[in-house]
Amino acid sequence: MEATRRDLLYTLRHRPASDKLVDNGFRSLVTALAALVGIVLLAIFLVVFWEAREAIQLFGFNFITSTTWNPVEEKFGAFTAIYGTILTSVLALLLAVPLGVGTAIFLTENFIHQKYRTIISNMVELLAAIPSVVLGLWAIFVLEPTIRPVLNLIHDKLGFIPFFSTPANGPGFMPAVLILVVMLLPIITAISRDCLNQVPPDLRQAAYGIGATRWTSIFQVILPAAVSGIIGGIMLALGRAMGETMAVTMIIGNSTSFNLSWFAPGNTIAALLANQFGEADGVQVSALMYAALVLMIITFIVNVLAQWIVKRLSLKYD
Amino acid sequence: MTFSSPNFSTTSLHRKPGLLRNRANGAMTALAATFATIAVLPLIFVIAYVLIKGISVLSPSIFFELPPPPGLDGGGIGNALIGTLVVTLISCVFAVPVGVGGGIYLAEFSQGNKFAEFVRFGTNVLAGVPSIIAGVFIYGLVVSTRVIFGNSYSAVAGGLALAVLMLPTIIKTTDEGLKLVPQELRWGALGVGASTFVTTMKVVLPAAVAPIATGVVLAIARSAGETAPLIFTALFSPFWPEGIFKPLATMSVLIFNFAIMPYEAQITLAWAASFVLVVMILGMNIFARWISGFAQR
Repeated sequence: MEATRRDLLYTLRHRPASDKLVDNGFRSLVTALAALVGIVLLAIFLVVFWEAREAIQLFGFNFITSTTWNPVEEKFGAFTAIYGTILTSVLALLLAVPLGVGTAIFLTENFIHQKYRTIISNMVELLAAIPSVVLGLWAIFVLEPTIRPVLNLIHDKLGFIPFFSTPANGPGFMPAVLILVVMLLPIITAISRDCLNQVPPDLRQAAYGIGATRWTSIFQVILPAAVSGIIGGIMLALGRAMGETMAVTMIIGNSTSFNLSWFAPGNTIAALLANQFGEADGVQVSALMYAALVLMIITFIVNVLAQWIVKRLSLKYD
Repeated sequence: MTFSSPNFSTTSLHRKPGLLRNRANGAMTALAATFATIAVLPLIFVIAYVLIKGISVLSPSIFFELPPPPGLDGGGIGNALIGTLVVTLISCVFAVPVGVGGGIYLAEFSQGNKFAEFVRFGTNVLAGVPSIIAGVFIYGLVVSTRVIFGNSYSAVAGGLALAVLMLPTIIKTTDEGLKLVPQELRWGALGVGASTFVTTMKVVLPAAVAPIATGVVLAIARSAGETAPLIFTALFSPFWPEGIFKPLATMSVLIFNFAIMPYEAQITLAWAASFVLVVMILGMNIFARWISGFAQR
């Protein structure tokens, strides 16, 4: 009697089949959507590789070392563009890293009131939101004419150095580098600031306690503690710089001939693609796809390295 | 009990500003302040220049007219304005369901298995793919093969290219937003007999709507300003949009095309388009901040 009453109260009800079906269907659906990320990534590699196969067969590894880019004779080598990509991004990083990390230190120390630091912080982040094509327009009409006299002064005084051997008269590597600095600053500043904020305050207090000045503790305690994250951020910025297209295309001059001077017009892989893809046909399309593949592989390596650095080298404080 | 005073001069307890290390300290502080100033200056210069230049050329007709043929004056960016909205909307249609779905998988179902680790890695790699590569990819996949009903360049192709770029941002913010939802909510919902589907859609997702919305708005803001993926997918058109399967003008491509033209009217329109684009994107960024600030309260 007792047992049956309990059974009536607590019957073990099975979920309806439709309920289970919806659950399983939903689970499969979101799994498939997540898998789509991997599929898209793989498809990007495959499509670019597939379109590039003709050029890969024709030019092989000479493509990377040859400086000829001649659509008329259908001879293509991407060294000029690869060199330009690496040169502009490395020069831009050399300028942007001290500026960005310095700004991040300024924003994490208590030099000025928190209120003003938040304002500066937000302004730098808004800089990241400005479309690169607008920065390119600004670079053409404002930045380049403004810095031209300075570049020409450098050419006059230091023209014997090959890097400054041509006068600056219009688009070229240097304006492209400067506009890249503007684009990289917010990335480096934001990531460095977050890393510096995560350093436990005990470390700073301990450093002050044994008599270190503010900057001694920054250089010897706080920066080393945050260095892995900062380097990861710099690597991400490097990847961004190498892939940056619009602003660079508009201001670099798009010359397909090799030039050692930093004031002369140059090219990057992304700029080459943006400029020539529209009018290309035949082998040229394939060669451009090959260049795109090279760019993809470089940025892929840089990004994976960045993730690895952050993961493996980060000091853990609990 | 008295302590015997140790034998050192009390002056060593005072800070000496003349010491080398104290001077170096002051110099470094000044240097950091200078760097911070230099970092903020470009923003002020760019915004100020775009706003001043933009406002000076802005008139109501600019929003409703087509760009003029080369050499003629006047005209507007009406078609590009509509084009940007259309392409961004198309990219949302593709990227938001996939991104939110993928994020739900990562946060709710994956339990940190190998596949989830691979998807997270893939998301980070995809976030680092240069925007021009997204354009080249969609060109090879959709435009040159004409798979979309025999159309080559089209607004849909442009939207797809932008969706590739939006996807990682949306997945990441959804994943992180859902992780912030307290575990008790899920247990509570499952405890009263809700199925996993109902728990996720009716309890967990609404609780995380603010961070997800922030991520989506930021992704839209970024894609609205992207140019590189559009120049050989959506292409450009000097006419009004003729449907989503035809090439159409967008503001970012208009700026790129017109900036290098030798005609004053086109350059003026490029500045007007920059102004509209910058105001739109900064507005969306501030809106995204407002959403996330609203959620934290």
